[in-house]
Amino acid sequence: MQDPEITDELIAAHGFTPDEYAEVLRILNRDPNFTELGIFSAMWNEHCSYKSSKKWLRTLPTDGPQVICGPGENAGIVDIGDGQAVVFKMESHNHPSYIEPYQGAATGVGGILRDVFTMGARPIAAMNSLSFGEVSHKKTKRLVSGVVEGIGGYGNAFGVPTIGGEVRFHPAFNGNCLVNAFAAGLADADKIFYSAASGVGMPVVYLGAKTGRDGVGGATMASAEFDDTIEEKRPTVQVGDPFTEKRLLEACLELMQTGAVISIQDMGAAGLTCSAVEMGDKGGLGVQLNLDLVPQREDAMTAYEMMLSESQERMLMVLDPSREAEAKAIFDKWDLDFAIVGETLAEDRFLVLHGDEVKADLPLSKLSSTAPEYDRPWEATPAAAALADAPDIDSIEGLRALIGSPNYARKHWVWEQYDAQVMADTLRTPGLGAGIVRVHGTDKMLAFTSDVTPRYVRANPVEGGKQAVAEAYRNITACGAKPLATTDNLNFGNPEKPRIMGQLVGAIKGIGEACAALDTPIVSGNVSLYNETDGQPILPTPTIGAVGLIADPEDLIAGLPEDGDWALLIGETTGHLGQSALLCEAFGREEGDAPAVDLAVERRNGDFIRQNSALIRAATDLSDGGLALAAFEMADAAGLGVALDETDTARLFGEDQARYLVACSFDQAEALMSAAAQAGVTIAQVGRFGGDAVSLGATSVPLADLSALYRSSFEAALT
Amino acid sequence: MKAAVLVFPGSNCDRDLAVAFRAAGFQVDMVWHKDQDLPAGTDIVGIPGGFSFGDYLRCGAIAARSPIVSALKRHVEKGGYAIGICNGFQVLLETGLLPGALMRNAGLRFMCRSVPLEIATTASDFTNGYDQGAVISLPVAHHDGNYQATDDIRRALQGEDRIALRYQSDVNGSVDRIAGILSENRRVLGLMPHPERAADEKLGLTDGQAMFTSLAASVVDA
Repeated sequence: MQDPEITDELIAAHGFTPDEYAEVLRILNRDPNFTELGIFSAMWNEHCSYKSSKKWLRTLPTDGPQVICGPGENAGIVDIGDGQAVVFKMESHNHPSYIEPYQGAATGVGGILRDVFTMGARPIAAMNSLSFGEVSHKKTKRLVSGVVEGIGGYGNAFGVPTIGGEVRFHPAFNGNCLVNAFAAGLADADKIFYSAASGVGMPVVYLGAKTGRDGVGGATMASAEFDDTIEEKRPTVQVGDPFTEKRLLEACLELMQTGAVISIQDMGAAGLTCSAVEMGDKGGLGVQLNLDLVPQREDAMTAYEMMLSESQERMLMVLDPSREAEAKAIFDKWDLDFAIVGETLAEDRFLVLHGDEVKADLPLSKLSSTAPEYDRPWEATPAAAALADAPDIDSIEGLRALIGSPNYARKHWVWEQYDAQVMADTLRTPGLGAGIVRVHGTDKMLAFTSDVTPRYVRANPVEGGKQAVAEAYRNITACGAKPLATTDNLNFGNPEKPRIMGQLVGAIKGIGEACAALDTPIVSGNVSLYNETDGQPILPTPTIGAVGLIADPEDLIAGLPEDGDWALLIGETTGHLGQSALLCEAFGREEGDAPAVDLAVERRNGDFIRQNSALIRAATDLSDGGLALAAFEMADAAGLGVALDETDTARLFGEDQARYLVACSFDQAEALMSAAAQAGVTIAQVGRFGGDAVSLGATSVPLADLSALYRSSFEAALT
Repeated sequence: MKAAVLVFPGSNCDRDLAVAFRAAGFQVDMVWHKDQDLPAGTDIVGIPGGFSFGDYLRCGAIAARSPIVSALKRHVEKGGYAIGICNGFQVLLETGLLPGALMRNAGLRFMCRSVPLEIATTASDFTNGYDQGAVISLPVAHHDGNYQATDDIRRALQGEDRIALRYQSDVNGSVDRIAGILSENRRVLGLMPHPERAADEKLGLTDGQAMFTSLAASVVDA
């Protein structure tokens, strides 16, 4: 097949600005051919190159004594003691999921699992942070059911427990949903595999599924705004096969055990191109690929198509040549393709052969290390005006407005479609705070959460960025775990608009400050920009995934309140209603400033919880919906009433930060209060658990009534 | 006292089942689906949950035609024990070692939650560690757990006291709320709930434990 001529239209269609294309010409000192143009476009798009965000991402704290590997590899790695490590990352699959929800979400899960097991870790937990448009929007129900089914369809079959996540609805996501998938795996700290190739003339091996035409140009699609041609983009969405992924996992881990693997890289965005370039670039080597040897699912594929295919469940590996037969036998056992498709080169060269032709001959290091980087103009978000008039509402009516909304209703309709218990190490399934799994064969536990409050970030990117980290820190803390590290998935609109770029810059600043103060370095992450449709951006959504360790099972706080327990509130309450859930759900107002986050207080209160876990029967962090919603959620989980003395709307529903609600016996409560006094931590008794009613100040209703609403409103709204 | 856990491509509860067997005192061999024979001295074969062969064609259908399944059939014909959990139950039905079929859940969605179950008979080495009529809680996690059978089969299961476990209330549309059934010789159990996920004090889930410990006791006695 004749390759098309390189025209201005073709160059623009590959997402190059005139300046970027001029740089291509300068590097090559000639015109690129069609395949080379595709390779440059795949490497230089926003999704692969981080060209708009790199300058700011560099400011994030990524180091600490617990960090084994920070950003830049397939996933981040953190020490959990005893020679073990947790390997984790969060990544978006937003654009594909909006176009084809089931496959978009499924392959998002598949991609993040692959990132984890590529490093030699067996995945042990998954989570998802999902943002959809308003429920009444014509696409929302189909997106929700497709995305949830896709996540379950992939994760359940693969066999990883899905133990947490978030689901939110807001009109700003009408044209762009967000699907952020998190996965964590367990590895021996001395048996971790990286992507840097080493050794000249080493065989480059292709593993896994065959290459087809699916997903050609996917990464470029994910780096552009949507418009009314979106339906035409459906063929760029990949199709997932969890059965192949599960076999690929087992085969890779088995092969890694043998010591035959020199380096390994999964094929994600821009498939063969990205994986080969990364392995070569990190190892300071060149790579030669012979596409005739690539296992192919379709006839007559061109070099361009093979280099840009995003067919799923594939890996590229540099193999110890003396172990070839052994390696091939393992892949034969699992009925997976295994093909030597090239070799490493001494010189800085990316050479792609197909038929008898040289289809690409490029300086390899120029493709990634010198990809463009922008300092895009940005405008700081103007300071939000303080909330002018705080509304008043009957407390129970306020609570009903929250739990009757799909945003705050119990979401078992979603999480019961996910297998939360496969691997038989799950200690806490989704629903109440962080998900917890045991480290197999030990008594250690790992806690996982993902958090962000996009309303806050829009009003105040810096405080909103801090808050996302602080909430994740609190959710980890509330189960008695020590927060270890975080991963960030930064979802924003079009960075070429200074206002949007300002949101990104502000949020990264806030995240960085919080991660430094709370000692939770960012060890991996992903940026998803251009989440706009017809010029309408999403709410800025920097999702934070956090991992915590419970080294001693005695430290676990996972109980439920018991009859007669005291309800104690830790942290300072001022009644901040700006950008609150109550204001939004009960009054349809998104006004005011985000609550300020005092990181020193967050740290002090978090340490206090951990130091006194033995005195605490049950704990939850306070976030959306404030004290009232937290108390109700605890009561519902325990099937036990709660009475709060507070009557003031702002103090019941305000969203001041650094707060926890804990349940203790009378004796424990006394001890906890005196410990708090000594530690300088604000604590107050705010009520009691018991009976079968929810009482907020003077108003009281049966718990059963509220629980019925809480447990049915999500399904009622979405089906 | 030896257990063999079959491993098909796509099995994902094989390790969990092995852990539960070991906790009950069994020595466990993991047996690959392409193997022709079970390890010598195997007392019980465990067919684990998961998505063998991706659930492609029909759940359990391809696994039921694996080489190792011929060995399983010989083992069962000789009076050996077998337990198939979730996908393993589907495999047992596809092999014909147990009667009936599992269809898509009535709600058409995958479902993962703990459900209350009645011990419908204690007359088996899997259930004699429970009290007749006892209500236990076990996790279910399946998309295709809706048990269906002809009237003849239902009458036989009922009349021969071969219904091992019943959902306390309807979970997935199963006829007669059947969650698990026994073979004629009562030595093969197929069930949708996951006892191996509820056999660990440290997880706070122990209602499935007796299924493994009573089996172990029977094997020792035999």
